[in-house]
Amino acid sequence: MNNHERPHPIHTRFFTRGTIVLTVLAALGALAYVYRLIAGLQATTNLNDQYPWGIWIAIDVATGVALAAGGFTTAALADIFHKERYHVIVRPALLTAMLGYTFVVIGLLADLGRYYNVWHPMLPSMWQGDSVLFEVGICVMIYLTVLYIEFLPIVAERFKGQVNLPGPLRHLNGLIESFLSVADRTLGRFISVFIIAGVVLSCLHQSSLGTLMLIAPTKIHPLWYTSISPLLFLLSAIAVGFPMVIFESLLASKSFKLKPETPVLSSLARYVPVLLGVYLAIKLVDLTNRDAWPYLWEGSVQSVMWMIEIGGGIVLPIILLLQEKVRRSVTGLLTAATLVIVLGVALNRINVFLVAYTPLYPTGPYFPSVFEIMVTVGLISALVLVYRFLVMHLPIIAGEKVPTYTLPIEVRRTPSNLEQVQ
Amino acid sequence: MAINRRDFFKLAAAGTTTLAVGSAAADDIPPTDCSEYYGVLVDTVVCIGCRKCELACDQEHTKSGRRPESFDDKSVFDRHRRPDKDAFTVLNRFEDPDNPSKKYTMKVQCMHCNEPACVSACIVGALRKTSTGPVVYDAWKCIGCRYCMVACPFQIPAYEYDNALDPRVRKCTFCFERITEDHELPACVAICPNEALTFGTRQQLLDIAHYRIKSNPGVYVDHVYGETEAGGTSWLYLAPVDFKHTELPVLKADVIPSLTETIQHGIFKSFLPPIALYGLLGLVMHATRERDAAPSDAEVPHE
Repeated sequence: MNNHERPHPIHTRFFTRGTIVLTVLAALGALAYVYRLIAGLQATTNLNDQYPWGIWIAIDVATGVALAAGGFTTAALADIFHKERYHVIVRPALLTAMLGYTFVVIGLLADLGRYYNVWHPMLPSMWQGDSVLFEVGICVMIYLTVLYIEFLPIVAERFKGQVNLPGPLRHLNGLIESFLSVADRTLGRFISVFIIAGVVLSCLHQSSLGTLMLIAPTKIHPLWYTSISPLLFLLSAIAVGFPMVIFESLLASKSFKLKPETPVLSSLARYVPVLLGVYLAIKLVDLTNRDAWPYLWEGSVQSVMWMIEIGGGIVLPIILLLQEKVRRSVTGLLTAATLVIVLGVALNRINVFLVAYTPLYPTGPYFPSVFEIMVTVGLISALVLVYRFLVMHLPIIAGEKVPTYTLPIEVRRTPSNLEQVQ
Repeated sequence: MAINRRDFFKLAAAGTTTLAVGSAAADDIPPTDCSEYYGVLVDTVVCIGCRKCELACDQEHTKSGRRPESFDDKSVFDRHRRPDKDAFTVLNRFEDPDNPSKKYTMKVQCMHCNEPACVSACIVGALRKTSTGPVVYDAWKCIGCRYCMVACPFQIPAYEYDNALDPRVRKCTFCFERITEDHELPACVAICPNEALTFGTRQQLLDIAHYRIKSNPGVYVDHVYGETEAGGTSWLYLAPVDFKHTELPVLKADVIPSLTETIQHGIFKSFLPPIALYGLLGLVMHATRERDAAPSDAEVPHE
């Protein structure tokens, strides 16, 4: 690695046409969120006794957790299996995971009827070891802490020795300075402890999310009700981790006008059809073992959604990514292929938590209210904005500005030449 | 199950306040013999659909403010109702499919399962199976996740969605305090004018139920609902027609939370699987370290 590829803050304007739209959406979401906390669930959601869980659980929580999986899969690849070339994407993936989980918790708070009690599962007197949700909650809480610890060295790297808060906050300068310096000195030595812990914790709660709905055997459609659901959730989280990282990296390069990490991303994309293929194979074998194929031809909403999930979200991207042309076509095809996978896994989570769920005494279907949609869209927008802000102020991305004129690849890759050009 | 609740708590509590957790957990362990749980036998053949049980429950618990006369209104039978936050129990009327003129009414409320899915689901132990049988709820612990509602195979727990700041899960309490502290009958049982509701231990009620079936040939179907359904329930039902024509769901004898608990406790058996994974990853990290030693990489700390 050379200095040019070291992560550095990206200098650019924060507000563009896109970020202004996102800011508006985030602001509307924040209003809806505050309204929810004050006015209650009845006033703001379409949830009822038939449908206790809606899109805040299916999208904000379940999908959010799955899409943050890039954090642990990338850490495993680069830091545990020591595939050095992928280090360049570890920090963006870590930031995605950290923000992803943070927003999962914020989204969850909107859904909790007694959000002010969210800390209760931490009290040993209220531990409930039979509850799958307890396991998910505790794991997510610990993992979020681990993510912040893993992120600390990046903050230290940027601000150590230059903490200079203005006004009355300046009294804190010394304290923060020594905290960063201690963190920087000690964490480096122990960081592998946290990296491995992060992977283990991820495996635990990613799979446990798949166990959650197994407590409702009479309400979940047989296409999704399987005792290996935890394994399927874990495998699909692992499979969506790299595509999410690739998609985000390409999006960020485009947005910040950086040179995309083409060789690294193309090479990372090679793993994806394998991971997706394993997931698909196990899913189909399971369907066969359970004699559940007939449910595919029943023509119900569930059977159609299952086919879209499998055909669109798994089979299509496998075919796409098996072709080298697609893997190397940064601007279009790779972006599209990874986006399809991301949407496919999101659809799977929505299917398991919403589409597959049939109340025993239905009075009408559930469809999210305007407020529910506003909060969800707002959270996603806010996440993107915070991501952009942090990337602009912390050393996360190791990209070079795209030269305004084209150079032959070999020339562009040579740092000494690039210096001359600049 | 590979590991029982008590063991899990002991493990989980290791290194923390073991005493408090241990005693709290021990207190909640149901007797192994479910036959000694309190129960109620609902005889839908004897029930005359007077709705007095709804009235008594309203006055005892929900205090919805409805006038007592409103419970005399039989037109409510024209539509199907479910228990909700303002009514822990409701009556519904059904027809015998073979003989539509023959109608019967059926009381619905929490079944107080022997192995309740809601209790297994609850993240903080706000729902609890007491040692005498009733499944009770502690709003103070509750975080409002509504996983109990997802889990219940009878779809009983209702929620105070309209309560912005202090919403509670609402369901039949089996008049827990009345029956255990005051040694009174549950309000609905006490008021029932036709003795359609019988209070007793589960074993007593099963004996009564099977005796009624045997001694009244042709009146009842030979099935005590709740004897085996979902691992058994404290509330038991007799009916003149096959239960699939009633609103009680067709359930197998399988305990509803057995799959999730088996998976959950398998993953956490003595915390061995996570520790093994941790060790394995540590070994891999160590074994592949050589490649890490390349001088160009040494300058960048790994995150």
